[in-house]
Amino acid sequence: MKYAFYPGCVSRGGTPELYTSTIAIAGKLGIELEEIIGASCTGAGVLQEKGLKLGDTLNARTFAMAERLGLTTILNICSTCQGVMAQANQRLLADADYLAEINKELEPEGLEYTGRVVIKHLAWVIVEEVGLDALKALVTNPLPGLKAAPFYGCYILRPSSALGLDQNPGREQYLERIIEACGAEPVNFPGRLKCCGFPIMLINERNSMKMVADHTISAKEHGADCMVTPCPLCHLNLDGQQPNAAAKAGRKIGVPILHLPQLIGLAMGFSAKELGMHQHIVSTKTIIEKASVRV
Amino acid sequence: MQANLRVRRFDPEAPEPSARMQDYQIEVPEHFTVLDALIQVREEDDPSLALRCSCRASICGSCAMRVNGQARLACKTRLTAVAPEGETVIIEPMGNQRVVKDLVVDLALFWNKIRAVEPYLQPAGPEPEDEYIASNESMLNLLTPMGCIMCGACVSDCTALEVDENFLGPAALAKAYRFIADPRDGASRERLTTLNEYGGVWDCTRCYMCVEVCPTGVAPMDRIMELRDSVMREIGTTTPGARHIESFARSVARSGWLDETMLAVDSWGRFNLPKLISQAPLGIRALMRGKLPKPWPLHHKRPGAEFVGRIFKRWESNKP
Ligand code: SF4
Ligand code: SF4
Ligand code: FES
Repeated sequence: MKYAFYPGCVSRGGTPELYTSTIAIAGKLGIELEEIIGASCTGAGVLQEKGLKLGDTLNARTFAMAERLGLTTILNICSTCQGVMAQANQRLLADADYLAEINKELEPEGLEYTGRVVIKHLAWVIVEEVGLDALKALVTNPLPGLKAAPFYGCYILRPSSALGLDQNPGREQYLERIIEACGAEPVNFPGRLKCCGFPIMLINERNSMKMVADHTISAKEHGADCMVTPCPLCHLNLDGQQPNAAAKAGRKIGVPILHLPQLIGLAMGFSAKELGMHQHIVSTKTIIEKASVRV
Repeated sequence: MQANLRVRRFDPEAPEPSARMQDYQIEVPEHFTVLDALIQVREEDDPSLALRCSCRASICGSCAMRVNGQARLACKTRLTAVAPEGETVIIEPMGNQRVVKDLVVDLALFWNKIRAVEPYLQPAGPEPEDEYIASNESMLNLLTPMGCIMCGACVSDCTALEVDENFLGPAALAKAYRFIADPRDGASRERLTTLNEYGGVWDCTRCYMCVEVCPTGVAPMDRIMELRDSVMREIGTTTPGARHIESFARSVARSGWLDETMLAVDSWGRFNLPKLISQAPLGIRALMRGKLPKPWPLHHKRPGAEFVGRIFKRWESNKP
């Protein structure tokens, strides 16, 4: 299965381990990735605050580039990119005049978006196209005894109208299904669907840190050894800011935050190094030991 | 069919008041809503169960409560929709507000926030002889916020309010938008100045929770994003939130993608030395793990970045 791969800015910047671990597991899963070279940032909801049309034009350009590669499914590894693209696609497909207007902006580059692109997150591709049974068959190093709290965050589930949750209600539970397929145990906790605080990290640090502390502490108190996230922005906050959040909350936290492909990679027996586990801010040592993989 | 309800109970007059869950199993017709079922419980099984409702037709906004963890109007939620296989339905009072008894919350917080945005028209200039005239088109974008039935569902589930009671919250900000966008209102600038402060538009996390739970399609977050744009036009880029958007746009327009390091520096303020120094340990931690993205001018351009730049320029010049 071949996909137009959109790694997003953050997996090429602040969370390189997400990129590394995705490439590592994709090969085993039979997911062939062709990166959309030259694609721009999706706007991440921020440029959309300036104007929806600006963001929609940038995303239509990326969709047109995927079509030019002869591919129709864009595979995302960032929930935020995924959600922003899905909403842009929804607006572009709902109004032919709007799409035509936007296509005019793409003309100088010789691009045209014809409306055939489908936007999917890696988690959706794994469950819906690779299949959980196929994933289980690839699990050579199951992770019994590892308690993983899935942290969905916002953009992979909301707004549900843009994310096909009506047709695919199971998407609300995919992280749990994947954690189980890896032989680990999903942990339910109150922060599961909430905001990680990243979007206001640079704006209202106090509130953002409180969100990090609340979610990581509650995951820990519900027995989690680690949290698993489908979004590198959640990772930047929950992992990168955890020491700050702990200092502000006046207590130790120390909850490792895994990117989804890292968890899968551990269950496939990749070494910690191959999955970039040493690049985290919060030490992942306990998880590497529990998974008994090579360092 | 059988309905299995698990209701959070709280009796403030109990000797030691504390919340507890109570199960009810009742026989109900298939078309029943969560509210129908709760009313049946109260009438036939347990008259002590407290809940609030009036119209039973999703008009009055009285019956918002959490069903399976999400705020909804109980009268608009069919049992078969939330428990297709007859699963147990968890029913709790709204969040972010003080529980008075069982499913009834104190709406003081909700109304105080609505009051804080002065939800009435403040026309400028002398009164016209007859009525204020506004064109049809200029009122069209008020239809969404005017659909608000003041149910409080968005306030219940707002993730920013959960950590900071000072935040005005989704319902009040959507209400503020309703007056700022009204062509007859003369106080827009003052209103926007207030909303530019702590507790206003910049404290929203963009989590979409309010969009998801609002039963009438007000989509408060989308209104908040429009307010941010208005604030930036009318008041300028005076806050970290506004600088954040400008820096973001600058880096994407220049290189095609995000310059994360510059984004942080610009949002705090390039000359905000105390802040920059306080964040140094984080920068060093990231650097040591090989994950501090290279800032401008080392931030490289993506292929075709000039076309991205052109899209920005054209968009700027076509702006109304
Ligand atoms: S989008 Fe903003 S206003 Fe709406 S629930 Fe989230 S934080 Fe609150
Ligand atoms: S905006 Fe929607 S959810 Fe919020 S109070 Fe109004 S009707 Fe209820
Ligand atoms: S009872 Fe009036 S809205 Fe539900």
